[in-house]
Amino acid sequence: MEWRDQGVLLSMRPHGESSAIIEVLTPSRGRHAGVVRGGGGRRFAPILQPGAQLSLVWRARLEDQLGTFAVEPLRARAPLVLGDRAALAGLSSVCALLAFALPERAPHVAMYDLSIALLDLIVAGGDWQAAYLRWELTLLEDMGFGLDLSRCAVTGERENLAYVSPRSGRAVSVAGAGEWAPRLLPLPACLLGQGPASLADLVQGLAVTGYFLEHRLAPALGDRPLPEARRRLVDILSRGVNPSEVSPSGDGQ
Amino acid sequence: MADTPREIEALIEILARLPGLGPRSARRAVLHLLRRRGALMAPLAQAMQIVAETARDCLTCGNIATSDTCAICASPQRATGEICVVEDVADLWAMERAGVFRGRYHVLGGTLSALDAVGPEDLGIPRLLSRVRDEGIKEVILALNATVEGQTTAHYIADALRGTGAAVTTLAQGVPIGGELDYLDDGTISAALRSRRSF
Repeated sequence: MEWRDQGVLLSMRPHGESSAIIEVLTPSRGRHAGVVRGGGGRRFAPILQPGAQLSLVWRARLEDQLGTFAVEPLRARAPLVLGDRAALAGLSSVCALLAFALPERAPHVAMYDLSIALLDLIVAGGDWQAAYLRWELTLLEDMGFGLDLSRCAVTGERENLAYVSPRSGRAVSVAGAGEWAPRLLPLPACLLGQGPASLADLVQGLAVTGYFLEHRLAPALGDRPLPEARRRLVDILSRGVNPSEVSPSGDGQ
Repeated sequence: MADTPREIEALIEILARLPGLGPRSARRAVLHLLRRRGALMAPLAQAMQIVAETARDCLTCGNIATSDTCAICASPQRATGEICVVEDVADLWAMERAGVFRGRYHVLGGTLSALDAVGPEDLGIPRLLSRVRDEGIKEVILALNATVEGQTTAHYIADALRGTGAAVTTLAQGVPIGGELDYLDDGTISAALRSRRSF
């Protein structure tokens, strides 16, 4: 068995004395693991960093074997963000969440394209935080836990949407929430794609996606804890938020 | 092998577990030791015995020592108000080989890693914070690897040190001595370009 493709490196762990097992996300094969002979050595150290774009040749005797990768670097991303704590946390979170959520060897072309675009935006130093939030929404949707923020789940209205139901993942308007408002998740405008997002809005948006990642997606994946890298990203972004900017959140019950 | 004494076979098996050695090279090493029993094997066995009995982690910095406090932490000349944070004892040895840094060290013993479930407590980061406060440290030099995990740990430590009054610096990244641009990866070249200085 042999195939050639390119992909983004999600994780690398040493294997034996000098080899490494890597996980990559490719457009046609999805998340795929394999051994890189000599991958634990000094020559590969700068290449096998999360976020790196690699040219890949995978070989194995049988389709269901782990197999080995021959890798060539196409583009490094991590070295460009090592000095920027938020960008580094963003890149780590993207790679860790993809490794956490996507099933092995199942192509997710749209998710691949979106992830590559996001990683490139992070590395370019653009306004990536809002794009990251939209990426998490798409990841939830791709995994079957998408939020329906188009209309109020109670009244059906499309205006004044202010909350998300933690049970259904559907938007709820101010009128529809009524006395249930404290139990709902606040819905920041940036999740509706309305206007530029403040950092406080983004953090609130990440609280919403984080809730569904933790309480819907993670249980479906064997109740594994969410990657530490995501928590670190939210911590870093939250530190930049003035506490008075954050509206009180519901308890999500 | 069937005709090799069991004791020697056991020695080969142990040596084969060492980094850089496999069963064949371990067999060659044992054969070499056996041929030089007096000159090599006996002193090696004695040295290993002594180190096995006395080696321990320095309670202050995590360096390997033969007493509770390593020679660097015990030396008053090294109390310069600077601590160099390294990932591993091998990194400390590399810094000492260079002979440039005259302060003290703090050995983390790894980096923050979600994959391996390594958290701040596992790395002795709280101990580093108390050292910075208790020893009146003016500068903390983060000499961690230029990898995603190394720099994530560096940022975490820098955040944790905020408010202690100590300056936090990190090693430069760029072209190594003797390095040729043609052979460098693009990440190193871009890091070097970003860190350029007046000449």
